[in-house]
Amino acid sequence: MMTPLAGYLLVAALLFAIGLAGALTRRNAIIVLIGIELMLNAANLNLIAFWRYGPHPEALTGMMFAIFSIAVAAAEAAVGLGLVISIHRHAQTTDLDQMNRMKG
Amino acid sequence: MGIAFWIVAALTIAGSLAAVLFRNLVHCALALTVAFAGLALLFLQLDAQFAGFVQILVYVGAVAILVVFAILLTRSSETPKDGGVFSTTWLAGLVIAAAIFAVLGWALLQSLAGLAQQSATPSVTVQQIGNALMGRYVLPLEIVASLLTAALIGAVIVALHEKKQEAE
Amino acid sequence: MIEKADQIFILLRNWLVSFLPPAWQTAAGVVLGVIGIIAVFPGLFAITTVLERKGIGRMQNRLGPNRVGPFGILQPIADAIKSLTKEDVIPTNADGVVHFLAPVYLVVVAFMGFAVLPVGRNMVLVDMDASLLFYFAMGASTEVSIFMAGWSSRNKYSLLGAMRAVAQMISYEVPLLLSSVVIVMMTGSLSLVKIVEAQNQYTWGLPHWYIFTPWGFAGFIMYAIAGTAETNRSPFDLPEGESELVAGYFTEYSGFKFALFFLAEYLGMLSISGLGTTLFLGGWSAPLAALTWVPSWFWFFSKVMLSIVVFIWIRGTLPRLRQDQLMNFAWKFVIPMTLLNLFVAAIWRFMGEGWLRWIVSSSILIVVYIAVARAGMRRKHFGPRSYRYAD
Repeated sequence: MMTPLAGYLLVAALLFAIGLAGALTRRNAIIVLIGIELMLNAANLNLIAFWRYGPHPEALTGMMFAIFSIAVAAAEAAVGLGLVISIHRHAQTTDLDQMNRMKG
Repeated sequence: MGIAFWIVAALTIAGSLAAVLFRNLVHCALALTVAFAGLALLFLQLDAQFAGFVQILVYVGAVAILVVFAILLTRSSETPKDGGVFSTTWLAGLVIAAAIFAVLGWALLQSLAGLAQQSATPSVTVQQIGNALMGRYVLPLEIVASLLTAALIGAVIVALHEKKQEAE
Repeated sequence: MIEKADQIFILLRNWLVSFLPPAWQTAAGVVLGVIGIIAVFPGLFAITTVLERKGIGRMQNRLGPNRVGPFGILQPIADAIKSLTKEDVIPTNADGVVHFLAPVYLVVVAFMGFAVLPVGRNMVLVDMDASLLFYFAMGASTEVSIFMAGWSSRNKYSLLGAMRAVAQMISYEVPLLLSSVVIVMMTGSLSLVKIVEAQNQYTWGLPHWYIFTPWGFAGFIMYAIAGTAETNRSPFDLPEGESELVAGYFTEYSGFKFALFFLAEYLGMLSISGLGTTLFLGGWSAPLAALTWVPSWFWFFSKVMLSIVVFIWIRGTLPRLRQDQLMNFAWKFVIPMTLLNLFVAAIWRFMGEGWLRWIVSSSILIVVYIAVARAGMRRKHFGPRSYRYAD
C-alpha cells in the first residue's frame, strides 16, 4: 500500500502542517520565520521525492527547482531576520500580538 | 522503505515539532538545526546527493546561525514571557494547520493507486548538474544571483538604517 | 614489491575481511577503514601537541615540557590521564543538555571530514562524486556547535567568544570555498580522488601540483589564511584569546569535555591541512618522478605534518589580529583577491600552452595585489620604530 513516494509525501505534508501551525500560533516573530523555513523545506522534500520517483529523473528538473528554492529561501531568511531586528530596534519587542496597529 | 527512512523521518518530525513548541527560543533554533539535518539525510536517501550537501551547507551552516544571531540580537532568549508563548488566536491557527494537513493527506491517499512504483536509481553526476545550470537553467541562475545580491544589500540597509536615525 | 608497500593497508584490510562470509565483507571493510581513521588521526593529534609545545617553547627561548619521557615525548599520555581524571564542573545555571552535546557534536563533525580525504593511492574511505562539497558542508556545521558551547554556559565571556568565533568562521568560509573553487574549475571535478589524480603527472621530472602555477600559488596562500582563521588558530585566535576572554567559548568546560574541544580543534587543523595538501600540494603524489617508489601514504602524511609545522611556526611568530582587523581583512582584501584569482585561472585556461600565460597570470596577480595592499595601507602612518627599555 505504502509506496516509498507516498511515505516521503506524507512526511512532507506533516512538516508543512507543523510549520504552518508554528507560523500561525506563536507570538515571537522569529518563530514565525522558523515556521516559514520549515514550510519551504517541506516543499523541497516534495520536489526531490517527485524528481526521484517521477517519469524523467534524467532531466534534473526537480533537483534544480529544489536547489534554486534553497538559495531563495536563504535570501528570504536573511531579509526577514533583518526586518525583525529592525522592528525590535523600533518597538523594543518582537511580540506579534502587540504589533496590531499601523501607526509606528 | 526500510527502517532507516522511518527513523530519519521520525527525527525530522520530532525536530520540527520541538522547533515550534519549545518555550526557550534558542532550543527552538537548535531543534530546527536537527530538523534540517534530518531533511538532508532524507535527500541523501532519495539519491539527491548534491541537494543534500547543499542543504547542510546552506541551511545548517548559514540559516540556522542567522536565526540564532537574530534571537540573540533581539534579546528574545532572556525575558520569560508574561502572556505565554502562544498567541491569543492559537486555536484558529491550529485548526487551519490541521485542516490543511487533512486535505493534503486525503489527496495523497486518494491518489495512492496512481503514484509511481520503484524506478531505477538515477545516476546524477555533478557534471550533469553543472551542464544543466549553465545550459538549460542559466536564466534562473542569473536571476537568483541578482536576487541574492539584492537581498544582501537590502538586509544590510534594513539593519543599518535605524542606526543613522538614532544618531541624528 | 614497491606496489605492495604502497597498498599495504588495502591488502591488510582485504586479508582481514576475507575471513568473513561474503555478505558482511563490504560492511566489515568500511568498519576497518573507520577504525583506521580513528586510530591514526588522534595519534597524529598527540604528536602535534608535543610538537607544538616543544616548538613554541623553543621559539620563545625556553624548553617545552621535558619531564615525561625522553625529551617530553610521552607528554600526551600525561595530558590524557589528567583530563580523564579531572572533576567535571558544570555551572548551576548552565543548560545541561546543550552543554553536554556541544563537544560531542563538534568531535563527530570534525571526524567526518576525514572520510573523503585520499590518504594514498586507492585509500579513501568514501569516494563520492561531490566529496569536496561534503567536506565543506561538514566544516560549516562546526559553527553551530561552537555557538552551542558558548551559549549554554550562561557566561557573558563565553557568549562573546562564541559570537566572535562564529562571525570569524562565517567570514572566512567564503575565501576558503572560493580558493578551492579555482582548483575545481581547473580539474573539472568536485571529487578529491580525481583532483589528486590530475596532479599526479610529471613533466621533466617535476610534478603538476597546482601550487606550482600562479593561480594555484595565490590560491594556496589564501587557502592557508582562510584555513588558519577557520580553525581559530593564531594569528586569528581572538575567540580563544587567553589574555582577553579567559578561554573564550570553552571557559566553563573542564576535564574530558575540554579535552574533546581540544581534540576537535587539532583535528580541524589536521583536516584543513589534509584538504590543503590534496587540493594544492598534490595529495599522495611524490615530489619528483624519481621518487615514486616511496609509498603514497608516506608522502601524504609528510605533507600534512609539514603544514602542521608551518601552522605552529606561524603561531609562534605573528601577533594576534583584533576582531575588526580580522573581519576587514577577510571581506575587503581576501575575498576580492580570490575572485581575481578565479578570473586569472580562467585566463590561464583559455590562453593555451606556453610561457606567455605564465607571465600574464603572474603579472596580473602581482600588480593587483600590490595595488590593493598599497591602497589599503594609505591611511596608516608608520613612524620610525621606537624602543623603550625598562630602567
